[in-house]
Amino acid sequence: MSLDKDTVRKIANLARLEVRDDELNHLAGELSNILQFVEQLAEVNTDGVAPMTSVAHMELPRRADEVTDGGYPDKVLANAPERNDGFFLVPKVVE
Amino acid sequence: MTAMSDLTKLTLAAARDGLKAKSFSAVELTRAHIDAMDRNRALNAFVTETPDLALERAALSDAKLGKGEAGAMEGLPIGMKDLFCTEGVRTTACSRILENFVPPYESTVSANLKKAGAVVLGKTALDEFAMGSSNMTSAFGPVINPWKRKSDPSARLVPGGSSGGSATAVAARMALAATGTDTGGSIRQPAAFCGLVGIKPTYGRCSRWGVVAFASSLDQAGPMTRTVRDAAIMLGSMVGHDPKDSTSAPVAVPDFEAALSGDIRGLKVGIPKEYRPDGLSDEISKLWEAGVDMLKAAGATPVEISLPHTKYALPTYYIVAPAECSSNLARYDGVRYGLRVEGSTLDEMYAKTRAAGFGEEVRRRILIGTYVLSAGYYDAYYIKAQKVRRLIADDFAKAFETVDVILTPTAPSAAFGLGETDDNPVTMWLNDVFTIPTSLAGLPGLSLPAGLSADGLPLGLQLIGRPFDEETVLRVADVMERSAGFSAMPAGV
Amino acid sequence: MSYVIQGETGDWELVIGLEVHAQITSKSKLFSGSATDFGAEPNTQVSLVDAAMPGMLPVINEHCIEQAVRTGLGLKAKINLTSVFARKNYFYADLPQGYQISQYEYPVVGEGEVILDMPDGSTRTVGIERLHMEQDAGKSLHDQHPSKSFIDLNRSGVALMEIVSKPDMRSPEEAAAYVTKLRSILRYLGTCDGNMAEGSMRCDVNVSVRKAGEPYRTRAEIKNVNSIRFVSQAIDYEARRQIDVYEEGGEVVQETRLFDAAKGETRSMRSKEHAHDYRYFPDPDLLPLNLTQDYVEAIKAGLPELPDEKKARFIGDYQLSPYDAGLLVAEQATADFFETVAKGRDPKLACNWVMGDFAAAMNRLGRTIEDPPVSAANLGGLIDLIADNTISGRIAKEVFELMVETGKAPADIVAEKGLKQVTDTGAIESSIDAVLAANADKVAEYRGGKDKLFGFFVGQVMKATAGKANPAMLNDILKKKLS
Repeated sequence: MSLDKDTVRKIANLARLEVRDDELNHLAGELSNILQFVEQLAEVNTDGVAPMTSVAHMELPRRADEVTDGGYPDKVLANAPERNDGFFLVPKVVE
Repeated sequence: MTAMSDLTKLTLAAARDGLKAKSFSAVELTRAHIDAMDRNRALNAFVTETPDLALERAALSDAKLGKGEAGAMEGLPIGMKDLFCTEGVRTTACSRILENFVPPYESTVSANLKKAGAVVLGKTALDEFAMGSSNMTSAFGPVINPWKRKSDPSARLVPGGSSGGSATAVAARMALAATGTDTGGSIRQPAAFCGLVGIKPTYGRCSRWGVVAFASSLDQAGPMTRTVRDAAIMLGSMVGHDPKDSTSAPVAVPDFEAALSGDIRGLKVGIPKEYRPDGLSDEISKLWEAGVDMLKAAGATPVEISLPHTKYALPTYYIVAPAECSSNLARYDGVRYGLRVEGSTLDEMYAKTRAAGFGEEVRRRILIGTYVLSAGYYDAYYIKAQKVRRLIADDFAKAFETVDVILTPTAPSAAFGLGETDDNPVTMWLNDVFTIPTSLAGLPGLSLPAGLSADGLPLGLQLIGRPFDEETVLRVADVMERSAGFSAMPAGV
Repeated sequence: MSYVIQGETGDWELVIGLEVHAQITSKSKLFSGSATDFGAEPNTQVSLVDAAMPGMLPVINEHCIEQAVRTGLGLKAKINLTSVFARKNYFYADLPQGYQISQYEYPVVGEGEVILDMPDGSTRTVGIERLHMEQDAGKSLHDQHPSKSFIDLNRSGVALMEIVSKPDMRSPEEAAAYVTKLRSILRYLGTCDGNMAEGSMRCDVNVSVRKAGEPYRTRAEIKNVNSIRFVSQAIDYEARRQIDVYEEGGEVVQETRLFDAAKGETRSMRSKEHAHDYRYFPDPDLLPLNLTQDYVEAIKAGLPELPDEKKARFIGDYQLSPYDAGLLVAEQATADFFETVAKGRDPKLACNWVMGDFAAAMNRLGRTIEDPPVSAANLGGLIDLIADNTISGRIAKEVFELMVETGKAPADIVAEKGLKQVTDTGAIESSIDAVLAANADKVAEYRGGKDKLFGFFVGQVMKATAGKANPAMLNDILKKKLS
């Protein structure tokens, strides 16, 4: 698969990465090159093979429904670039 | 009393014994390493040095040692890869986006080590978000390997990556040992490049809680040390079931050091034919053969095995890891912590922040990961890779029906120089061709220094074990270490 | 008789499907140990996991799994013994991880059904497509500052069930009845408190219109409608808007819209303009959720009697009308109250009292069934006094009001106020005689054929006995005397 500039722009937007127009050509080439490399998987016969999402051989552990965490807004907010009155602040969102 | 400079040349085991015997104090041992850090700052191994905290901690250790309450790592100075969140100490993942992030929490692995008495000297450098094999993608400059080529001692070599700062710190005797993390080879390849032992344990052995995530289904922490025994000691203080990590295995912690019996008679060692690709250097081939000979001499039996899907491991990894990374790194959005570049809208703030905060390799992997998960491509790329991943894991499972451990080279070459690679990212990825299959299968893999290249650089061999059978891997590595007698040190150390 | 909207080009049919987000009743969040209480100070119920600090990992709350399975069983749905948590990737200020942990391809609950009780007493079945567990996002406040939005993560990570219906509803009333019934079932099960004002239940409404016999047309999704009344209003507005678009020659676009309750209209959501590509994939921090059949059976065995079963029992055991039974079972507490009142008494009378004077008093005083104006025992006692002829139905209403006012037992009020009805034949006879003597002219008129005056005499006797004369006896004796 060879990526065009529009596709790169689209995925960059999905990933919220600002990409300058003059970078698009280079990125499209580079990403296409990578995709070509990974596309050799197409030659592997995977009929009837179940996708493997985890190598952990165990059951999903479950915790009891108890309040054991939270209650430390100062810690939660300590690294915030912008905060006020216990809230995180971001540029205004118009719904 | 041992001379200060000699203290940095001790193994972890010898330092431990020396502390217990009161031959020197933890404060002395720590100070010796802090001095070494001062002398070697040009190698750029540490992102953040914490000498004061270390000395405080060492004094506490001395008190504990005095009372006979020493933990397994009591008073032993180590480096902590800057991917482990450390409470009150800046944790950057070597990214601009976390440049000023101070975690209000401590990762389980670093907490375990501290509980065992380890003295943390500082945070070691890595490739940004652990994405790289050279340490050149760090936002805070490359790390320099203390090893030099005989032919060109002025050439600055990479320590490998992503745990390159840890590797350099241990190789240059700035720390007795260091933590690493390994997603596709990030402990084993730098260990090989710097003449160290590094083990990536079985997926699920070490808790991932508090370790900045790169690819969740692959990431594992492990020790980087100068000997196999040291690796066994330190591994024992890192592992353990953690209820805060849903993929942490509820298995007992063995006495890894006790596994070093020196006896590997009758063990069957798999030699996978697919790890001998066209163009594998003579030097690596010969090293591998020498390794087989050592095992034979010790009474083990080499068995040729086939891992037929080996060549597909790298493309599989470069779908799975970027896919997970694209999602794991979505949280770096300038809202709750880390860098923010202002924008007039929320989306503009996100895009500017993330473009400024992430380096080129990270951005590239996020884009690839975003693409392979996107509508219309998910099945062709992501699901396909997950299927091939199962085939790769099945290859190993089948091999382990007949063999006890597998021996391969760790990396296709010795350490290379800064700027000696071409611009094609795929070329760089080839460094991990021998380590990635193990990661995809979640198996324990260890690299040990087995010899020097003609140009005087260390070369590593990799041992791969069954799930949760680090003990066999360590036992075999210990025997090989004795046979190989690797005693070289970087010049000037 | 199906619901249609008449347009200029003919009749339009509505096609409605609902996605209800119901907050799972639990003490702590789906994947972290922080609290879920409503109304806490901002960011005080936030763990490092909820704030998506680097390296934080999810661990699932076992109670939330149980609640989701219980709900599935309550909706008579298929429980999937293996389900998978997936990440739904998108950026938003109140979504700290940059993804929501949800279930996508493999939800924990599959197809089920909800039976609607329509106001006319009829029922209708709406199919359930699926139910899955997911994390809630935080909350954005947009009105605190001219150029900033404020983010509170208290809700971030709270467990939700998303319950997706099939597009089986055809009128705003059916949609309202669906939400009402679903809410009732969840409250019976104890899996969601159904408090829509606090956001414990929110509806996304999918609406499209079509001419009879057509396949589905493009639908619009109206987000976060937070009351049952608004569900009806939003559907009505949106359907009419779509009809106007078509009739003016336009096309309806598939989009997300917001219901503006103040204006009673829906409008396009600017923040959702971008076409989303959520890039779902299995969350590598979690493993598949495997349940055993035994686990499911154990939960099934512990299910309470649900509204539909209870309604059937009320109709069968108490001979109530489907309409009355439906109203009584809507809330478990009401049904329990009724059953306490009806025990050993005339169920129809009990039903009339619970739904009549009692319900009126409750509404008037702003009380609830949990804090009733009259206890079930006292209401039962009142009915006993009617049944054994101690008081008449008319006096009972008076006694009831006094019970509400004083909280006293009905027998005490009757004794205190001397309200016991007169059943002594002699006393009633003498009262009648007095009234007839005093109204000789009217007696003559009555006997002359003016039958209507009978009521006048009854009234006069009642007045004379302060309403306490036994009405049946009074009638009998009066008839005899006048004949």
